[in-house]
This record gives sequence, C-alpha cells and structure tokens, in this order.
Amino acid sequence: MSGREYMLGNVAIARGIVEGAVDVVSGYPGTPSSEIVDTLASMKERDFYIEWSVNEKVAMEVAAGASMAGARSVVTMKHVGLNVAADPLMTLAYMGVKGGMVIIVADDPSCHSSQNEQDTRRYSVFSQIPCLEPSTPQQAKDMIPYAFELSEKYEIPVIFRSTTRISHGKSDIKLAPVRQKTGEIKFEKNPDRWVMVPKNARIRHPHLLSIQQDIRGELEVSGWNELTIEAESTVGIIACGTAAVYTKEALDRLGITASFLEIGTYPIPEDSIRQLLAKTEQVIVIEELEPVIEDQCKVIARDVGFETEIFGKADGLLPRTGEFNVDICMDGIAKAFGIDSCECKPAKQDMELPVRPPAMCPGCSHRGTFHVMKKVFGEDAVFPSDIGCYTLGIQHGTVDTTLCMGASISVASGIYDAGEKKPICCTIGDSTFFHTGINSLMNAIYNKSDITVLILDNRTTAMTGHQPNPGMGKTATREPTVEVEFDKLCSAMGAEFVEVVDPYDMDATEDVLERAKAYEGVSVVIAKRACVISAAREGIRYTPFMVDTDLCKGCRKCLKFGCPAIEFDEVSKKASINTMCSGCGLCVEICNFNAIMEVKK
Amino acid sequence: MTSNLSNFDLVIAGVGGQGAVKVSDIIGKAAVSEGMDVRAAETHGMAQRGGSVVNYVRVGCDLGSLIPCGSAQGMLALEPVEAMRYISDVAKDGIVVMNTSPIYPVTVTSGQCTYPDPQEIVASLEKDYRVVAFDAVALARQAGNMKTLNVVMLGAISSYLPIPEETLVECIRNMVPPKTIETNLSAFRLGRETTRQ
Repeated sequence: MSGREYMLGNVAIARGIVEGAVDVVSGYPGTPSSEIVDTLASMKERDFYIEWSVNEKVAMEVAAGASMAGARSVVTMKHVGLNVAADPLMTLAYMGVKGGMVIIVADDPSCHSSQNEQDTRRYSVFSQIPCLEPSTPQQAKDMIPYAFELSEKYEIPVIFRSTTRISHGKSDIKLAPVRQKTGEIKFEKNPDRWVMVPKNARIRHPHLLSIQQDIRGELEVSGWNELTIEAESTVGIIACGTAAVYTKEALDRLGITASFLEIGTYPIPEDSIRQLLAKTEQVIVIEELEPVIEDQCKVIARDVGFETEIFGKADGLLPRTGEFNVDICMDGIAKAFGIDSCECKPAKQDMELPVRPPAMCPGCSHRGTFHVMKKVFGEDAVFPSDIGCYTLGIQHGTVDTTLCMGASISVASGIYDAGEKKPICCTIGDSTFFHTGINSLMNAIYNKSDITVLILDNRTTAMTGHQPNPGMGKTATREPTVEVEFDKLCSAMGAEFVEVVDPYDMDATEDVLERAKAYEGVSVVIAKRACVISAAREGIRYTPFMVDTDLCKGCRKCLKFGCPAIEFDEVSKKASINTMCSGCGLCVEICNFNAIMEVKK
Repeated sequence: MTSNLSNFDLVIAGVGGQGAVKVSDIIGKAAVSEGMDVRAAETHGMAQRGGSVVNYVRVGCDLGSLIPCGSAQGMLALEPVEAMRYISDVAKDGIVVMNTSPIYPVTVTSGQCTYPDPQEIVASLEKDYRVVAFDAVALARQAGNMKTLNVVMLGAISSYLPIPEETLVECIRNMVPPKTIETNLSAFRLGRETTRQ
C-alpha cells in the first residue's frame, strides 16, 4: 500500500506501527488513545500479536517482556494510564530493552474526556526516557518507525506523546512502505540486565545517565527539530507539538516574521536553542500544558550567560492550562511584540442556550440500576463511583466521587473506615473492575468494610468504543477466549454475599439491593445486561414504547428518569416518547398511572 | 476574517449521534481525491452520548485542524441550538446551512432549561450571516430514512464547497452501507436543491 489517504491521527499512528514492522502490541483503552489498538486489531491480515490488556501496567509489562525477547513492541494508553504504568516505566529506564519499544501516550489538554490534564513530557524528564512529539498526524505516522530505531540503538524505550488534536485530528497522509522484519525473536538470559536487584540497579543508573548526552546529540540532528533564523528579526519563537502549527498560522495572520525553532524531541536540541538565543533579544516559548521547554531554555540561557528575555507561561503570556489554538498563540505573540492582538472579537450573542451534557443512552441499563439504587439506599446514602459511561449518572445524583480508574471501591472503604454511618453503595463498570477494581475489592473484603459494591456489567468497555474485556469471552481480535465470571471471582476473593441480577428487571434488582444493603460486610451485586449499543449492533430489537395521552396526568415523574427518549409537550402538558426509544421498558415501571405502553403493531 | 491559509474552513455543529463525523469524513475524502490538503478535528468520547458536538474541516489547508475564532467560511448545523452555540467560529457574512428541527437536551425535557424558538435563532443569525434554514428531518424522511439527515445537510452545504458535486456523490457511494446508497443519494439531491440558485 502506498499513496495518499485521509485518516484519523490514531489510524495514521497505527499505520506507522505497521510500517515500523512491529511484533507485539498491547494497550488499555482510554480516550484519546483507543483507536490505535482498535485499528490494528480489526486488520484482516496481520503478522504481529495484539491484545487489550487489563490495565496499563500490565500492558507495559507485556510490551517490555516482548522487547526483552528481541521483538519490536508498542504499548498504548492515555496520559492518566501512564500513572498506573509508572512503576514498570521507571525501572524499565534502568533495565532498558532489546527489541525497539515505543510507549504511546495520548495527552488530553482541556480534559475533553479526562479527569486531569497532566503532561506526559514530565514523565520523560522524570524517567530519562526520550520522548518524541509530532506536530501533525503525518509526522505522527512518520515518527513511529524512527522511534523503533532509536529505541534499538540506545536499548531504551521511547515515549511517543500525542495530544487530542493529533489523535482525533484527521488529515491527508502520505503512506510509506512496510519495512521488512529483521530482528530475531529469542530471549537470552542476562540477569545483569533483566534482574533489577540493587546490585544491578546501581550499575544501570549511571549507565542511564551516561547515554543521555548521546541520545540528545542524536535527536538534535534527527530531523524532528527545525531551526529557521530570520536575520532581520530580533525575536525568536520556540514551539512544539500541535502548538507549532498553530503558531505558524498565528505568525502568518499577524504578518510577523520571527526566527523559529520547532521542537519534536526530548531531550530538547540544546545547540539549536543556543543558536537561537545568540541571534535574538526575546524568545517566546509556546507549548501546551507544562513549561517543560521554557524552563530548560532558561537554564541554558543562564549557563551560557545570554541576556535574551524568555517569555512563556511563567510571566502569564501564555496559559498553563487548557488546549492551545491559533487565537491563544496570536494573543501571546501579539502581547510579546506589543502589538494589537487579533481582529476577531466575536460579537456576544445574548440568547440563552440550554446546556447539552452527554447523557446515558436511551435504554441504558445503568439508568434502571441507578434508579433502584437511589430508591433502596436513599438519596442521602453515599455513592462513590468510577470511570466509564456510568459516571454520567452524576446528573441523577448517583455519582458522589470519581477519583481514578478502580478507585470507587477503595474510596467507599475509606469513607466507611472514617466512621461514616450512612449506607455506602459504590458502582464500578466491568472493564474498570478488571483494571484495578479487583485489588480494591479484595482489600475491602479482607479489611472488613461494610459496603455494597455494585458491578455494572454491560458486557463491554462502552465509553471508549466497545473494546472487549476478560468478562466478554472475546480477545481484541474478537477470537473466543475464556470468560471471567464476576460472581465466581468475587466469591474466590472471600465475598460471601454475591448475586447477579438483570437491571431491566427493576423489581428483582430492588429485592437484591434491599438484601445487599441489610447484609453486614461487603456485599457484591452484579447488574448484568449488555450495553444497548452493542445489543443493537448484534441485531437485537425491542418494540418501542409510547405514552397514552388519555392516561398521562403530566406529573413529569418519567422525565426525572432522565431518558433522552422521553419528552414533555408544554402545550398539551403531556409526556411523549420520541423515536430514540430503544424499547427497554424501564419507564413503564416509573409511571404511576400506567400511561406508558408498547407501541401496538 | 478569512485568510489564504485555507481554501474553505467549515464548522460542523450538532448532537452526538447525528452523523457529524460521517459528513466530515465524506468531505475530507472527497478533498483528498481532488488532490487537496485537508485537516479535520472531531469530537470523540463523552460528547458522543447525546452531547454537544463540533467538528472542523479545513479544505486546502496544511496547518492545524482547529479553525481560528470567527474565520470559518461556512457552518453546517445539524441542530438549531448547536448552530448558535458555535456561531462565533464563523466569519461575518459566512454561509450558515441549518436544520430547524430541534433535539431537546435532557436539561430541557426535565425542566431545568428552556429551548429557544428555532425561528428566533434563524432571525438572530440572519443579522450577520447568510442563512439557509430548513427542516432537514422532513427532507430526510422524504428521502426514505431519517438517519440521512446528515447527508441532506451535506447536499445543502455542497453548493458552497470547493469540491465538485460528482466527487462528493462518488464518496457517498463508497462510504455508506451498500443497501442505503440510493436513499443517501436522494437525500443529497434534496439537500442540494435547497441551496441551488
């Protein structure tokens, strides 16, 4: 395959992985990273192994193991996933790798779908593992084969930092040929390298430090950094990642000429920075999130004794939070130049618009579970929750905490341990439970918490795009595999109250939850019902429901249920059900007047 | 303000599930087959669950995918309130093609917010933009499937895109499920007729 194609950034990254002749790919889904593994797993023909792992730490360790055997490996995750994998990451830097290993981490400035906006480049500095950062989807694809080579040359993994606008941006992409596989797969015993006991770690730490200068020198001339000196300008601009393309557009729109250094590698190109500092009086550093380059530039300037003023985040010229765009870059550059910013100041429109938050889908079983949970435990009960579609239950008052993947059960335990007397019922999804909820449940049982754990098993990892998990009996490539049964797993960890219920059956769910609430100790309830989207894709169709307007009293009780398929007609003062109805029938039980019924054929 | 950095910047606004990404994909692929550079940014994840969605397509552009504030030449709005929400991305006198049929957010159906009159939205937009507003849901039904609403809207904006009609039609043929090609093509035609002078 060659030529030019229109692709999503993550699909381009997947293509880069193939072009780089990968052998093993692992990952854990997380927006904006998920489509990389999804794309590779859905390929009809592939000559590499691919898996969705149960969490990022496991995924990192699988990729590391493959690399020890000489394979080229890739692990993918989102930025917060790297926290989970930070433990193997830090030691892997000492241990190093054999086959090229690329750690792809997708950052999410502005928290489009994340709980924080941390900057992965900090982990690169922290671990002393080099990092590559593309400015366009094309560069993202082209960088991956290079990342394998760099990794193999210095026997160290390479971090690849993407951001939302690379991962979820689309672009025309020039394809390159797929490289031939060259590496031999063979694990060679070498305890000095692969066993990080203190004796060996003490030797590997100086080694890691010793290769830094060589890596920096190699990256400096790698072609991913580009310096353009404009002799007639006293101002220099340093930019990286997507901020570099926004900056180019901003300069063009402002009609400004300045020397420009585009950075795509960490360690950063110090020689180029020195050249730029020597030729300019002011330098503006434009980077999304953390002032990684800005701080290092200041160190370089001080070391060399340059008088150049360095602007960026420290002086408030550019924000340290949120995603950048052309306007923010124009604004920062204009301020630095002391010129009028941008001509665009959109007229404020004064119409009040209704907010449109994402909501659980019509027919989502979580809605029924949450409704019954609130009824049984009471609105004042404590509802710790977790990360997934069900976090949208915040609108229903059933999500009181969300810290990170897998934390709901441990947070629930902590609230109980603190002495809280109210009933505590926490919720966690199936994939999240496998990710890190298992450890928390084991801890809660072992340490004698008195809480109810509600596992919302919708048979998929829905929020990130329906990736399979160990509860589904399917691998990433949809091959059949063992299906982990939640009830047996929980029983094996010592839980004595374990029940499975269908949340579409609200009476049965109520009964189970009443008993779970009364139970002293950790009670586990598994609410099991396939996600409506997956069910619809598998061809399952239910008869939709309607409101009998003669019976409807306009009490609006069904509207509080929060289903997007239920509307209210302000003229007739009656409820109605729109075409989004998927036929779950949960609203029938909500109506006190029996006004909701199946559409008659 | 528009610039020579992009041939045509388009904002696509709508609600998760309306097919905004599909429209952007058809335009993107069509642009590539015409040999043009193209950049696009889309909303994934949380917003897909019926949330507010905005996508950008920059035809003939090799820079970033985000359109600078107030500089898009056109907007394709699949839903009236969403047109209003993102209108500041569009340049004065830009073309706004808008579906007038609303989707009420849960905040409206549950009584927390009110939904403005779509005709007031049209009147407000007409002060600063060239507006083509019509009930695209009705046209989609006429084409044979409500889900072709996005292709009806694509047909309407196609009169303003720097891409030949035949190229767009060819991309639709290749990109929709085979059984729905005819329905989608008639949706495209019905949409195109709303803006043909």
